[in-house]
Amino acid sequence: MRLLLEQALNGLQLGVMLFLMSAGLTLVFGIMNLINLAHGSFFMIGAYVAATVTGLTGSFLLGLLAALPAAALAGVVVEILVMRRLYDRDHLDQVLATFGLIMFFNELTRIVWGRQPLFMDTPAWLAGTVEIISGVPYPAYRLAVIGVGMLVAGFLYFLITRTRLGMQIRAGATNREMIGALGVNIRLLYTLVFGLGTLLAGLAGVMAGPILAVEAGMGESILIVTFVVIVVGGIGSVRGALAGALLIGLVDTLCRAFLPTALRLALPAAQADTLGASLAAMGIYIVMAAVLIWRPRGLFPAYGQ
Amino acid sequence: MTKTLTAIALTTLLTTSPVFAAEPVKIGMVTTLSTKGGYLGEDIRDGFLLAIRQEDGRLGGIPVELRVEDDGAQPEKGKEIADQFIERDQVRIMTGIVFSNVAMAVVPKVVRDGVFYISPNAGPSALAGKGCDKNYFNVAWQNDNLHEVVGQYATEKGHNKVYLLAPNYPAGKDALAGFKRYYRGGIAGEVYTKLDQADYSAELAALRAAEPDAVFFFLPGGMGINFVKQYAQAGLKEKIPLYGPAFSFDERLLQAVGEAALGAYNGSQWTPTLDNPANKAFVETFRAAYGRTPTLYASQGYDAARLIGSALKAVNGDLSKTDAFRTALEKADFASVRGNFRFGPNHHPIQDLYLLEVIKDANGQMANRIVRKVFTDHGDAYAAECRF
Repeated sequence: MRLLLEQALNGLQLGVMLFLMSAGLTLVFGIMNLINLAHGSFFMIGAYVAATVTGLTGSFLLGLLAALPAAALAGVVVEILVMRRLYDRDHLDQVLATFGLIMFFNELTRIVWGRQPLFMDTPAWLAGTVEIISGVPYPAYRLAVIGVGMLVAGFLYFLITRTRLGMQIRAGATNREMIGALGVNIRLLYTLVFGLGTLLAGLAGVMAGPILAVEAGMGESILIVTFVVIVVGGIGSVRGALAGALLIGLVDTLCRAFLPTALRLALPAAQADTLGASLAAMGIYIVMAAVLIWRPRGLFPAYGQ
Repeated sequence: MTKTLTAIALTTLLTTSPVFAAEPVKIGMVTTLSTKGGYLGEDIRDGFLLAIRQEDGRLGGIPVELRVEDDGAQPEKGKEIADQFIERDQVRIMTGIVFSNVAMAVVPKVVRDGVFYISPNAGPSALAGKGCDKNYFNVAWQNDNLHEVVGQYATEKGHNKVYLLAPNYPAGKDALAGFKRYYRGGIAGEVYTKLDQADYSAELAALRAAEPDAVFFFLPGGMGINFVKQYAQAGLKEKIPLYGPAFSFDERLLQAVGEAALGAYNGSQWTPTLDNPANKAFVETFRAAYGRTPTLYASQGYDAARLIGSALKAVNGDLSKTDAFRTALEKADFASVRGNFRFGPNHHPIQDLYLLEVIKDANGQMANRIVRKVFTDHGDAYAAECRF
């Protein structure tokens, strides 16, 4: 039972990390109708800048403060230089161009930082473990990740439902042509949304830095799951991204944790281990397929698409 | 990049060896310089180049020209480069491949074409046993070796409840098989993870619940960084000793993992502090040339170059003497930075293997210290199956 609770907490934490990545991606995908494979690159930029600044100053918070604008700025520059040329083209062109950006950014990190992965540690004040469930020491840093994710979810909810910018974002998700016709500066809106998306990706990168290897290509490992999340949640919907991320995080963790053990009841150990590992890796895709059969536009489809 | 390197090698040649009118011997290096594994290929290349540089553009007194191409860790790309080396450049000696899957795509074909391949890293079992070839030499290790040494140490140490963890792909299963070949105790759990997995919280929770007395893991590259960091953050580092092959604890990776790796044990055939004259000179010149401490990969690249040098010297650079060149390679007549080194009947190393512990050295840098030599003159499990 304690193990189940602990694994659920792990799933929640993974879900929150996925939410930080997918919130930005779903906005860009839903509102701008742009498939951005390079979203993971901004995750990487966030982690690299944070690792560098934290390494130089010794302060995780300074690293965070430097990484967020860096990721947002990189996003704005990329939007102006590259993405604007892609809005009117079909998805295949977008996939090709943004795939090229992945290679560009991976090579750029190699030129700037070299081939060796960077070091980034948890800040001292979050280094310990907390017994949130009695008998299970849980890393304090992972609890902080959950907290940050919840804050971001609250902030996005406020931004989208309570502000003028949020109103334009919702309108843009519903009907892009009409909001342009009504006199909203759609180019500026796109730039802002894209910058916000990359800022969130950068934040995810910073939060991931102390847990994961900070290395070229680190964004790609998480990108595919992020796409699964936004498809499950409903493209363009931040609420869907949150629900999808938590669902996928939980399913992935619980499959990895319990499938091999469960299969051992029915099969010889060696077979159960291999089959369990393979099935666990498929778990999230099976969930995605099931959700799409049940609700073809995702759990919380954005309006008007 | 390739062009610059060739240019540098050529300029060195032109400026330092006007006496030799003969064409330099071309060596083709197919290695991984991009993707996450890029630093492995970088170290192999730099170790190899250091040996050439020390002789002013020669190996064993024979002028050489090294061509380097990046395979991006893709078997198809590796094959393409190898074909180019053979057809366009008429290369007769190749080396450099980092990953076993690339080696499996490239090596059998090139050795069939009469090219000598000297592996500075990948040593898949398929090329050590039935699939061995008289023109294939591995100067690093057979893949299982660095797991076997840890298995033997765990047995000697009396561990009886070891938890095993590796990615769900062929090399992961081979790693655990290698460990179990010499480990005699009980097994608390055996877990296969997704390849390229980033988060190990679920596995760590299950591991804690299994209450093992030691953990053996094989997670190469970034996966290992993730795992070791998360292992420490979960508070397990102080409670359960962590064992693995050297691939997760090389000197460059350790800088990225930091103190989370302190106290972890790993198996290796080499470490910078290994006490022999060739190694001291190598580590010193490598640091001076590149401003960093060499990894095992760099030492393997360096040994590969010096092995080739010893054989080139024996035939005076004349590669048409194929049999003589091969015999010279078999002798391994060079001072390996590992000290004790020779080839077994399947052209794979017979060498000493060590157990290392991650420490902080006198300068506060993360480093490895030798706990003890576990195997002396250790070969591999597949040699008996090899017939040339």
